[in-house]
Amino acid sequence: MRVPVSWLREYVDLPEGLSTEDLAARLTAFDLKLEEIVSSGISGPLVVGRVLALVKEEQKNGKTINWCRVDVGAHNDPSVPDAPGEDVPSRGIICGAHNFVEGDLVVVSLPGTMLPALGFEISARKTYGHVSDGMICSGAELGVPGDADGIIVLAPGSAQPGDDAVALLGLDEEVLDLEVNPDRAYALSLRGVARDASIAFGVPFHDPADLEAAAVPSAGPGAYPVDVQDPSACPVFAAVTVTGVDPKASTPAWLAQRIELAGMRSISLAVDVTNYVMLELGMPIHGYDRDLLQGTLVVRRAAEGEQLTTLDGVTRTLTSADAVVADDRGPVGLGGVMGGEQVEMTPATTDIVVEAAVWGAPMIARTARTQRLTSEAAKRNERGVDPTLGARAVRRVADLLVEHGGGTLEDGLTLLGEPPVRSDIVLKADLPARITGVDIDTVTAVEALEANGCAVEVDHEWLTVTPPPWRPDLTDPYDVVEDVLRVVGYDQVPSVIPVAPAGRGLTTAQKLRRRAGTVLAGEGLVEVKTFPFAGPSDFDRMGLAPDDVRRRQVLLENPLSAEDPGMTTTLLSGLLRSLALNIGRGHADVHITETGRVFLPRAEAAEAPVYGVDHRPTDTELAAFESALPEQPHHVGLVMSGERVRSGWAGPGRPATWADAIAVVRHVATSMHVDVTVEAAAVAPWHPGRCAAIVVDGETVGHAGELHPRVLKAYGLPPRVVAAEIDLDAVIAASPAVGPRPEFSSYPVAKEDLALVVDASVPAGPLERTLASASPLIESARLFDVYVGSQVPEGHKSLAFALRLRAPDRTLTDDDIRGAREAAVSAANQATGATLRT
Amino acid sequence: MSAPNSSYDPVEVTPLRSDEIERMRDEALAAVAAARSLDDLKQVRIDHVGDRSPIALANREIGALQPQARKEAGQRVGQARGAISQALAARTAELEAAEEEAALVSETVDVTLPWDVSPVGARHPVTTLSEHIADVFVAMGWEIAEGPEVEAEWLNFDALNLGPDHPARTMQDTFWVTPEKAAMVLRTHTSPVQARTMLTRTPPIYVACPGRVFRTDELDATHSPVFHQVEGLAIDKGLSMAHLKGTIDHFAQAIYGDGMTTRFRPSYFPFTEPSAEMDLLCYVCHNEPDAVASCRTCKGEGWVEWGGCGVVNPRVLIACGVDPEVYSGFAFGIGIDRTITSRYDIADLRDLFDGDIRFTEPFGVEL
Ligand SMILES: [Zn+2]
Repeated sequence: MRVPVSWLREYVDLPEGLSTEDLAARLTAFDLKLEEIVSSGISGPLVVGRVLALVKEEQKNGKTINWCRVDVGAHNDPSVPDAPGEDVPSRGIICGAHNFVEGDLVVVSLPGTMLPALGFEISARKTYGHVSDGMICSGAELGVPGDADGIIVLAPGSAQPGDDAVALLGLDEEVLDLEVNPDRAYALSLRGVARDASIAFGVPFHDPADLEAAAVPSAGPGAYPVDVQDPSACPVFAAVTVTGVDPKASTPAWLAQRIELAGMRSISLAVDVTNYVMLELGMPIHGYDRDLLQGTLVVRRAAEGEQLTTLDGVTRTLTSADAVVADDRGPVGLGGVMGGEQVEMTPATTDIVVEAAVWGAPMIARTARTQRLTSEAAKRNERGVDPTLGARAVRRVADLLVEHGGGTLEDGLTLLGEPPVRSDIVLKADLPARITGVDIDTVTAVEALEANGCAVEVDHEWLTVTPPPWRPDLTDPYDVVEDVLRVVGYDQVPSVIPVAPAGRGLTTAQKLRRRAGTVLAGEGLVEVKTFPFAGPSDFDRMGLAPDDVRRRQVLLENPLSAEDPGMTTTLLSGLLRSLALNIGRGHADVHITETGRVFLPRAEAAEAPVYGVDHRPTDTELAAFESALPEQPHHVGLVMSGERVRSGWAGPGRPATWADAIAVVRHVATSMHVDVTVEAAAVAPWHPGRCAAIVVDGETVGHAGELHPRVLKAYGLPPRVVAAEIDLDAVIAASPAVGPRPEFSSYPVAKEDLALVVDASVPAGPLERTLASASPLIESARLFDVYVGSQVPEGHKSLAFALRLRAPDRTLTDDDIRGAREAAVSAANQATGATLRT
Repeated sequence: MSAPNSSYDPVEVTPLRSDEIERMRDEALAAVAAARSLDDLKQVRIDHVGDRSPIALANREIGALQPQARKEAGQRVGQARGAISQALAARTAELEAAEEEAALVSETVDVTLPWDVSPVGARHPVTTLSEHIADVFVAMGWEIAEGPEVEAEWLNFDALNLGPDHPARTMQDTFWVTPEKAAMVLRTHTSPVQARTMLTRTPPIYVACPGRVFRTDELDATHSPVFHQVEGLAIDKGLSMAHLKGTIDHFAQAIYGDGMTTRFRPSYFPFTEPSAEMDLLCYVCHNEPDAVASCRTCKGEGWVEWGGCGVVNPRVLIACGVDPEVYSGFAFGIGIDRTITSRYDIADLRDLFDGDIRFTEPFGVEL
């Protein structure tokens, strides 16, 4: 809400000399937050001038300039100026614009004037062979609306040469741009802001709504016929008719200036007056051209599919949730939101039906939302207006039209309906003190509420509060507390730390997620945060099959881009984009990771329930949320490109390989005491021969390995990028509450190496586990060599394992060792057909 | 062992001649001194004290002397041998030290050579700041609550006193899940976590809820459709705005250091009544008279906007099954991303989310 300070001062006796900054600070502390103080920034001698003589001179560059002699009254050069025409005290000025003639009143910025729009101070200078001792100003140069490119020509007789043009044009006005919260609808008016200022400064308030509305008889031949068929949509409808308004009458300068300062455009007298009264009282007004109306104005709900072209030129399809004002032909306005094009006031309009109605606020909010239409009227109506203002608002408009447009107020006021009855608010007198923690006694509370316009009855420890009509937001005891506190001052709230009961600290899952993050960083991975939006183009690039479950997304009604229509099902979509960005920016070795949720829709489309809010939903009702919402597990994803061990002066490094991806995932799991097994898999987007399934307790929780070359090509990535993604929640769920107990023997170790020949397709990992569990004496088995070549049969490979043997209770004998070794060979043979390499 | 001396002459035997023994000793000492290496010294040892050395031969001859001459000769030879082995030991130590030193010098490396073969990891500041904030509240006995990011409309709006036609509901530009009748949204704030906590726990409740939230803002230098918040909720008997102020002040001090304070300005949030905006004392100029005017961080205000807060609206308590006649509570929320951009003077919010590793790396593993 833009509030010109001079206009505000008309309704509230603010202290003389109060700075605009201090005024704004008090209003901010009163819940009317200052966005900015708007001012022209113009300073210096900006004066009115009369063009005494004007000589057109054509220049070599083809341009014609005006060489002028300008009378600027007291600011004239007493000596003989460099100017055309008769030598009289005046100033000579060069001007390039042509929309003025000799005798016109113009605005002159004399040397020393600062014009922010130009960014420099005006000075006398030699140009086109003459001295230009000032500048004749255009609207753009002064930052005033209107014909921006042309010179401002003032109405004849509206000023004298030498007059201060800063004040004349309102360029000394300061405007408060206030942020108005949804609960302070009344502050979308000068009336409301002035009342708050009067409370804030404890000074008298002059209500612009104090009018003699009763001067118009409620019944009369001039009252336009209105039929409110749905009072729930429109509880109050007030209208008067003004006839014979001069369509050529212009808006008085002060009025046009005020609405322009308030951020609206001056259009015509009739439109300006309705806007002026809306700004003044907060009551949206609509004017109809009476000659364009046919028959009774009917206020009703729209029929489904009914159409209306509104003032903004948009043809809208309405529903029964919208209210319309209709005449015999159909809708002529979208009630409380915007008028219809058909009966709009035109430059020829002389007879005007002025409407001020009160609309159901929730209905207006819904209409504005569904029609995606915000207007000054809707903004006020959806928050709630003072429902007692209707008759006074239309009277105020009529008075201004009569005064400035020469119209006649027709006999008869249309006034249908009553302001809705509101209930009083009853609260304990100590509630303000209890809720705010400030020592507020009953007297203080009552005074504060009365200052806000409430009527308060005190009955022992109870207060009965009747809120004023302009405060539809005051409905609950706590609302009342806020209004008491803003008078007492938010800065009075003391600082007391509450004592919470003993807490349980972080949950296991929270701790383990942190641990995963630390492990990943320790592994040299850099964490990134990407947006969880993805779409088919990601899945195509990742080579997901058409029936891949990861293509089933939670889709959005209003995604930001068509490329990303929904929520991602895999962290790799964001990580691969980030990797491409990093490589594009010249990073060679990029190891990045992300931990976040992915979004997996339910198999059956589900709808979340919507309940009432007057009581807690039952446990069964609450469970319905969980079964409808998509699953959203936390995943860990990672991609690695380039060298894992960097090349340098000490020798060549080592690229990140599929094995590194598996190792990092394994490290995350083991940090939580979760044992993972690794199995060969062939899952997109991984290389089918270099993809591992990560298995925990028999369930696959993710994959790791090298990415498919086609995927890398699709993303424009270098070859051999490796990646992993696991369901972190599943790994955390498998983490035991207590880690394994340490168990070791202090007897000496026996070391045995075992080379086994197996078919080339036999995976080494499971064989290693088979050996490790072949005998209780085998402490560990570790693969240390893989050999393929002439020493083993075609289609076979040799796997060499180092066994460590130890007993918990004795030193091993040669027989023990031989037995364990044989057990290992035999177990390997049974599992894979392995034979001892000879 | 040497062969018996063939030219045995009991009168003219060497040990008896002191000048001869002194000569042997002096030659030996000179050889020791002349040794340039441990290898040289080894040879000196063989030549001058070895089995075939002149002094060893002289020593052997002592046995052939008259008993009365033996003592004197033995003493003379023994002294000479003692002097030689002392010199040898000293020279050995000298040469060993010199050779070790030479070896160490020869092994000198350039320790300034860069050793950066292992990649260095880092965690995103949104993560580490969220954890830091969680720790502050856990230290006060609070717990950390979480909830889904695709959320039921009722929990994101209705339960929080944002009815279907509430003007504030249109202020929040919401991502809606398809189809609209599914009544699900991407949560626009972490407040549904507070609702969930009240719905499933019995007061007293003290929880902080950090998390990712969504609004349909186009990504630019100061807006992001995805951002992060932390909200706090306390429900107990007798809680007031004073307890809210105390909590916020403590929180501010834990994040920005001792002496930090906050101020409240009236505001509006459907979830709370009364509501307040909280401003943080400018952490750059501390609103000091001589610094505030030129401060870029607070633009001369002395305070910076930090978040919103208030007393939990009884309507919210009712919808979430908490009896407002018995309990009251407070809630607050701040933006984590904005705390980071302002604290580290990061001009462009997009830097947090485009994944360039150079953004995260300087933050290391902990803030
Ligand atoms: Zn500052």
